[in-house]
Amino acid sequence: MPQTTLDTILDGRRSQPHQLIEVLQDVQAQNGYISEEAMRAVSKELGVTLLEVYRVASFYKAFSLSPRGKNVITVCTGTACHVRGAKLLINQATAQIGVETGKMSADGLFTIENVNCLGACALGPVVTTNTDYHHHMSPGKMRKLIKSYQKNNKEEAANE
Amino acid sequence: MNKIHSLDRLRNFRQGIIDQRKKFAATMIICGGTGCQASRSKDVIEAIQNELASQGLTEKVHVRATGCHGFCEQGPILVIEPGNIFYCHLTPEDAQEIVSKTIQKNEIIERLQYKDPVSGNRILTEAEIPFYRAQNRLLLSMNRLVNPGDIEDYIAIGGYSALGKTLAELSPDAVIQEITAAGLRGRGGGGFPTGKKWTETRNADGDEKYVICNADEGDPGAYMDRCVLEGNPHLVIEGMMIGAWAVGAFKGYIYVRNEYPLAVKNTRIAIQQARDLGILGENIFGSSFSFDIEIARGGGAFVCGESTALMASIEGKVGEPRAKDVHTAVDGLWHKPTTLNNVETWANVPAIIHNGSAWFAAMGSKGSKGTKILALTGHIKNTGLVEVEMGTTLNSVVFDIGGGSSDGKAVKAVQTGGPSGGCLPVDKFHLPVDFDELYAAGSMIGSGGFVVMGQNTCMVDVAKYFLTFLQDESCGKCVPCRLGIDRMLEIVTDITEGRGKPEQLDLLEELGATTSETSLCGLGKTAANPALSTLRYFREEYEAHIHNKKCPAGMCQALITYQIDSETCTACGACMTACPYKAITGEKKQIPTIQLELCQKCGICRSECKFESIQVN
Repeated sequence: MPQTTLDTILDGRRSQPHQLIEVLQDVQAQNGYISEEAMRAVSKELGVTLLEVYRVASFYKAFSLSPRGKNVITVCTGTACHVRGAKLLINQATAQIGVETGKMSADGLFTIENVNCLGACALGPVVTTNTDYHHHMSPGKMRKLIKSYQKNNKEEAANE
Repeated sequence: MNKIHSLDRLRNFRQGIIDQRKKFAATMIICGGTGCQASRSKDVIEAIQNELASQGLTEKVHVRATGCHGFCEQGPILVIEPGNIFYCHLTPEDAQEIVSKTIQKNEIIERLQYKDPVSGNRILTEAEIPFYRAQNRLLLSMNRLVNPGDIEDYIAIGGYSALGKTLAELSPDAVIQEITAAGLRGRGGGGFPTGKKWTETRNADGDEKYVICNADEGDPGAYMDRCVLEGNPHLVIEGMMIGAWAVGAFKGYIYVRNEYPLAVKNTRIAIQQARDLGILGENIFGSSFSFDIEIARGGGAFVCGESTALMASIEGKVGEPRAKDVHTAVDGLWHKPTTLNNVETWANVPAIIHNGSAWFAAMGSKGSKGTKILALTGHIKNTGLVEVEMGTTLNSVVFDIGGGSSDGKAVKAVQTGGPSGGCLPVDKFHLPVDFDELYAAGSMIGSGGFVVMGQNTCMVDVAKYFLTFLQDESCGKCVPCRLGIDRMLEIVTDITEGRGKPEQLDLLEELGATTSETSLCGLGKTAANPALSTLRYFREEYEAHIHNKKCPAGMCQALITYQIDSETCTACGACMTACPYKAITGEKKQIPTIQLELCQKCGICRSECKFESIQVN
C-alpha cells in the first residue's frame, strides 16, 4: 500500500501495541485486505512482532489476507436470515459467479462472503454489496443484482 | 462551545433548547437506523426536508432523524407529532403528499397507514399498533425522542440529569446500593447481578480501574444492542459514567462490532459532542469526577463477547479467553479491576438512579426485574425489536405482539438466546421471559434473540446450523470446546445426511454434557444447548432422520428429492430461469422436468415457484 496512506493510519498510534487491531481495521478498510508488506510495516511501527501481527490478522474475521474482488457480496447467515433462506442466496451467488465463498472470482469482479449477523434481522434475508444493504432478498433478486454488476462492469470497460 | 461546568448550567442549557424549539408546530420523526436505511430512509428524510423548504415550512416543522424504533420490517417509518400519526413503507415520492396534505391540512393518507396483518385494519396512530401496544418500551421508546447525532436532543429529554444527581447527591456506595436494590441483572446473557459486579470492582485494590461496555453483539439473530447504542448512544455513555463513579474508574471503553458501522459512527459523534460540552473530561459538572471513553472496534469474533476474550482484544491481542478463577471485576483489562456490562445493562442505569430502585424492582418477575428487549424474528407476522416486562410469557411475545406465524401454519418452536440458548416447543410457551425459568427449561434469555420457527424448519438442521457456527467461532484454546463441538457436529451431520445410527443420540447427549462441564469459557459451556434442547423436545425428528431416512420438514438436502407437480404447474418457466445449475429443462409452455443427476437440491426453484408446484419427496 502507498506509504502515505499507511502513515496517515499510523499517525498518533506508533509504538502503541494495543492499537494493533484498530490499525489493521483501517488498513483493511483502505485496501480491502492486509498484505504481507502492510503486516511488516505495522509490526515495525507499532513494536509488535510479525508473528503476533499475523496471529491477530488471521484470527479475526474482519481481516482478509488475500485481495478481494471489486465487489464484495456479503450474505448474512445469522439465525433469522438462515431460517428465511440465506443458504439459497449463497447457493445462487456461488453457482452463478462460479466461485466458492471467501475466494475472488477469476475476473476479479466478485468475492462472496458470509457474515454471522448484520443486525438487520427483521429484514432478512439481508445481503450487502460493498456498503449497500439489500433486504428481503430472494435467489431471483440476487440473480438480478449480480447481473447488474456484471453489466455495469462491461459498460465501464467499453467506455474506457 | 461553552462547557457545562455545573448542574445549574445543565439545567439552563436544557431550558434554552426547550424554549428554542417552541417555535415548531409539528415534529416529523423519521427512523434512520440500520434497518430503515437499508430501505432508503436517508432519501426519504432528504425529500421531506426539501419539500418542507419548498413549501416554506422549515421554521415551523422540526424533522428529527432518529435511531431504530424496532419495527424495521415496516421501514422507512414516520411518526408525526402532535397526533402520533404513523406512516410506514415510505418512499421519497411520498414526501410531497405528506407535507401538503398531512402537515398542511391534517389530512390522513390512507395508503401510507399501517395495515395490521392480523385484523387487516388500517391503523392511525403509533400507540394503537398491536405490535407496540403489548410492549413496555422503557428504553426503546426513548429512541424516537432523540437524534443520535445531536446531544441537545438527549439533554432536552432530561439526559445527563441522572449523572448530575449522582455526582451531587450520591456516594459511590449509595449508587451501588441503588443498583443492587433494583435487582438489575446483566442483559448480555449471563444474568449476573450488576450490583455485585460493581461492588467487587469498587472493593478491589488499585487506583486504576476501568469500565467497559460490551457492544460486541455477536449473537446471530439479536440486534437490540445495535439499536440502543446506534439510536441513543448518550444513554449508554451516561450509564457508564454513573457506573464509573460507583466503581472508581476514570476511563471507559466501548467495544463495538465493526459490522455495525452506523453504531460506530453515532457513538463516535456522541463521545465527541459530550467532550465538547465538558460532559466527558475533567471535573465533570464541577465535581471531583473525571472520565473519558474510547471506542474499540471488534474484529468479528463471536468469542470476544466473552469478557476475558474481549479484554484481550481491547489490548490488541488475539481474543482468547482465560480461566476466571479471579473475576475480571478484580483482574481485568491490563490486569486492572474492570467492570464490564452489556449495552442494555448500562442503558438501564440512568433511569434507576433517576426514578429510584423501588420503581425498577416493581417491574418484572421474582428473580428478573425490569424489562428485556427481545429481537423477534423468523417465521412470524410482526418482526422487530420488542421490549417487554420480565415475566411476560412466550405466548404473549409470539402471538400477542408477534401476531403468530407468517405463513398461517402452526408455529413449531422458538429459539431463544442464540448459539448459547435452546429451542423451546409451543407447549412450553406458557413460560415467562425470566433468566431462571428459561434456563431451567434448557434454554436461556441470552442476549434476547427470539427466532420463531415454523413447520418448514428442520430442528436437526437448526442444531447443525448452530454447531457449524460454534465450530467456526471456537477459538480453539481449550480441548473440550474445540473437539467436543467438532464431534457433535460430526454426529449431527451424519444424521442429516442419512448416515445416522440410533446409538449416536446417546453419544450426542454424553458429549454435550462433557463439553458443558469442562470447557473454559461460556462459549464452550453452552455450546451443546442447541443440540441438547432440540434433542430433548424434538427427538422424533432426529429419529425420523435416523430410522426412516426422512427429513419431516423437507430441508435436509441428502434426504429429499424435488419433483414438479404437473397438476399445479403453469409451465411459466420461472424455475428454469432460476436454477443456477441448469438442472431444469423443457420446451416453452411445456411442463419442465428436473434432471436429478444435475440437481443440487439447493431449493432455489422451490422458493421461486409462485404456484407451490415444486414438491419435496
